[in-house]
Amino acid sequence: MNSFLKTAVAGAAALLVAGAAHAATLDDIKKAGVLKCGINTGLPGFAYTDDKGKWTGFDVAYCRALAAAVFGDPDKVKYVNLTGKNRFPALAAGEIDVLSRNTTWTFSRDVDLGFTFIGVSYYDGQGFIGRKALGVKSAKELDGASVCIQTGTTTELNLADFFRVNKIKYEPVPIETNEEARKAYVAERCDVYTTDASGLAATKTTFKDPDAHMVFPEIISKEPLGPLVRQGDDQWADIARWTLNVLINAEEYGVTSANVDKLAAKAIDNPEINRMLGTEGSLGAMLGLRKTWAVDVLKAEGNYAEIYERYLGTKTPLGLARGLNALYTNGGILYAPPMR
Amino acid sequence: MARNASAQRTAGQEWLRLWFDERSRGLIYQLLVILGLALVVAFIVSNTIANLQRAGLASGFGFLFDQAFFDINQKLIEYSSTSTFGRALIVGMLNTVLVSAMGIVLATAIGFFAGILRLSPNFLLSRMVGAWVEITRNVPVLLQIIFWWVLLTGLPKVRESLSIGDSIFLSNRGVRLPAPLLEPGFEWVFVAFLCGAVAAILVSHWSKRRQNVSGERFPVFWAGLALIVGLPALVYWFAGAPLAWDVPKATRFNFRGGFNVTPELLALWIALSTYTGAFISEIVRAGILSVGKGQTEAAGSLGLRPGQTMRLIVIPQALRVIIPPLTSQYLNLTKNSSLAIAIGHQELVSIGGTILNQSGQALEVVGIWMVFYLGLSLLTSMYMNWYNRRIALVER
Ligand SMILES: N[C@@H](CCC(=O)N[C@@H](CS)C(=O)NCC(=O)O)C(=O)O
Repeated sequence: MNSFLKTAVAGAAALLVAGAAHAATLDDIKKAGVLKCGINTGLPGFAYTDDKGKWTGFDVAYCRALAAAVFGDPDKVKYVNLTGKNRFPALAAGEIDVLSRNTTWTFSRDVDLGFTFIGVSYYDGQGFIGRKALGVKSAKELDGASVCIQTGTTTELNLADFFRVNKIKYEPVPIETNEEARKAYVAERCDVYTTDASGLAATKTTFKDPDAHMVFPEIISKEPLGPLVRQGDDQWADIARWTLNVLINAEEYGVTSANVDKLAAKAIDNPEINRMLGTEGSLGAMLGLRKTWAVDVLKAEGNYAEIYERYLGTKTPLGLARGLNALYTNGGILYAPPMR
Repeated sequence: MARNASAQRTAGQEWLRLWFDERSRGLIYQLLVILGLALVVAFIVSNTIANLQRAGLASGFGFLFDQAFFDINQKLIEYSSTSTFGRALIVGMLNTVLVSAMGIVLATAIGFFAGILRLSPNFLLSRMVGAWVEITRNVPVLLQIIFWWVLLTGLPKVRESLSIGDSIFLSNRGVRLPAPLLEPGFEWVFVAFLCGAVAAILVSHWSKRRQNVSGERFPVFWAGLALIVGLPALVYWFAGAPLAWDVPKATRFNFRGGFNVTPELLALWIALSTYTGAFISEIVRAGILSVGKGQTEAAGSLGLRPGQTMRLIVIPQALRVIIPPLTSQYLNLTKNSSLAIAIGHQELVSIGGTILNQSGQALEVVGIWMVFYLGLSLLTSMYMNWYNRRIALVER
């Protein structure tokens, strides 16, 4: 009922804001004094509460960086926890200003649902996790299995495609949140759980006996995850997009949370860095922000590499190697347009 | 000319009279208010539609013909990920109707049973039922749904299923039952059943009339049983037992064959039925208590046994008190079935939510939800009102 009500309310709210779809989001955010950022309901590494009850994680770090771009203060964020199902109505209805919830950039979401994806923050793909005791080596052997999935996700659709194409049958066990799916999988309500591979790694860290489970080698889809905003406000989309690009470019240029203050003190002999940090040119003003907006972005949680290693990297329980998400200069495909 | 003027005057006076008459003035006020309201609503609706279309948020119901791409686990009609959104919605509606109908039947049975037990002269029994009613009524139904789901998913794992006669299997994936496979010749059993049922109704009418005339009684129950069960059984036997069973067999992951009732459906069914049943039992109790003690005593002195008194004298009169509140319990149960979303049973709200998410057609889907629940509720009320009129006390 809760989520039914929420969706209904969001629908009703969509009615109300429908007339005001073209309002300047940046002004609204400044007036409200906080950035309303949509994150998931809890997924280790991406969005979880620390021991003080504060939301942290890879997706949360982006919210904080964006708040820093707008306000110069990464703490001015109001987090809204959303399930796979109610995230889109929430964004469409203006309940949030930006959605940073491991959301896959797809054609229909971009074009038909009326959102603008501002980039890719994590290149992912869909995988399966199962008990080693099952003796399954590949997802193609899953004929007749029960599969836990989160509803309202791309993974639900990929799963149907995968089983249809391979002409095998399965029992879908649809579930609202990752936490509930985890419980159902642990209780063996289903044989395997399928979602983004990063989500599997995150979920696996919460098992009592992680070694009894294995992530199958197959990846059955492309899941480019990234933040998105409502379509129709290009200025706000630009701010969101270039905040992400600053995080990635800063890694490439070697700007970190530790050295950003020093590098921003005065122009150095690297014009790219100078333009980014505002000691040369006026990129900030072009966005309608302060000269030092990118300095604040980087001071929030550091550059892309710092954020990645803190929440997802090999030294964390998730232990995800950079892989595709390494810079293009390091064998990955992470590549941001120049600051010029 | 003069006639005309006087006619005009009378028309004017007529209006004045209408105005000064309290009743008709009230009517005029109401008409004005309704008119005003209709104007406001029309303005809001047309304005919203225009705005939504400008924002690209509402684009009509064309999406119902688009391919759904997702799967559904419990379905009463053919459905696959290549079916349309529209068909997925129908699957959801049927699932809602299914669980509501199952719930209404079981809740009514539980309600009548518990209501009568609660009035039992056995102190312990009536107190125990009373305690059950109080607990069940006062714990939110959502918690009860989750409670039953946790309980059912706590059953043994699928590979350690409890089996009943090696054909019914109980596990945390639900109840696997053998599915009947009808073979040619079974249609005759069906025909026999229909004929038997019709005959049983005729016999009961005939025996009632005979009893009214002659006072002679006829064993209607046994005759009916023979006609409804015996006759088809006989035909079944003569037709060479044209029925096979598709018995579930364990495979690597699950059972194959037979059909599965998921723990989600079971949990929802049990929770809704017991919750609503507890309310119904109170309604039944009140209904029975509303029938005067004199009725029971009179029946007793006429020589009716307690069971007969209950069935022939008390319940028919109590029903008049019971039916109206019973209707609203049925409606509650139907609406509460949308709580299924908490445990992942796929009915209309859950499937609609997925469609809303995949297609972005928020308003259309919410509209379909509202129309469907309204329609279902109106149908239920209409049926119950019809039934209520039928059993109303007819004064002779
Ligand atoms: N990338 C997919 C799936 C996203 C998704 O829902 N992921 C899960 C697991 S990786 C999640 O974040 N769950 C957290 C929650 O339930 O709030 C999509 O955009 O549809």
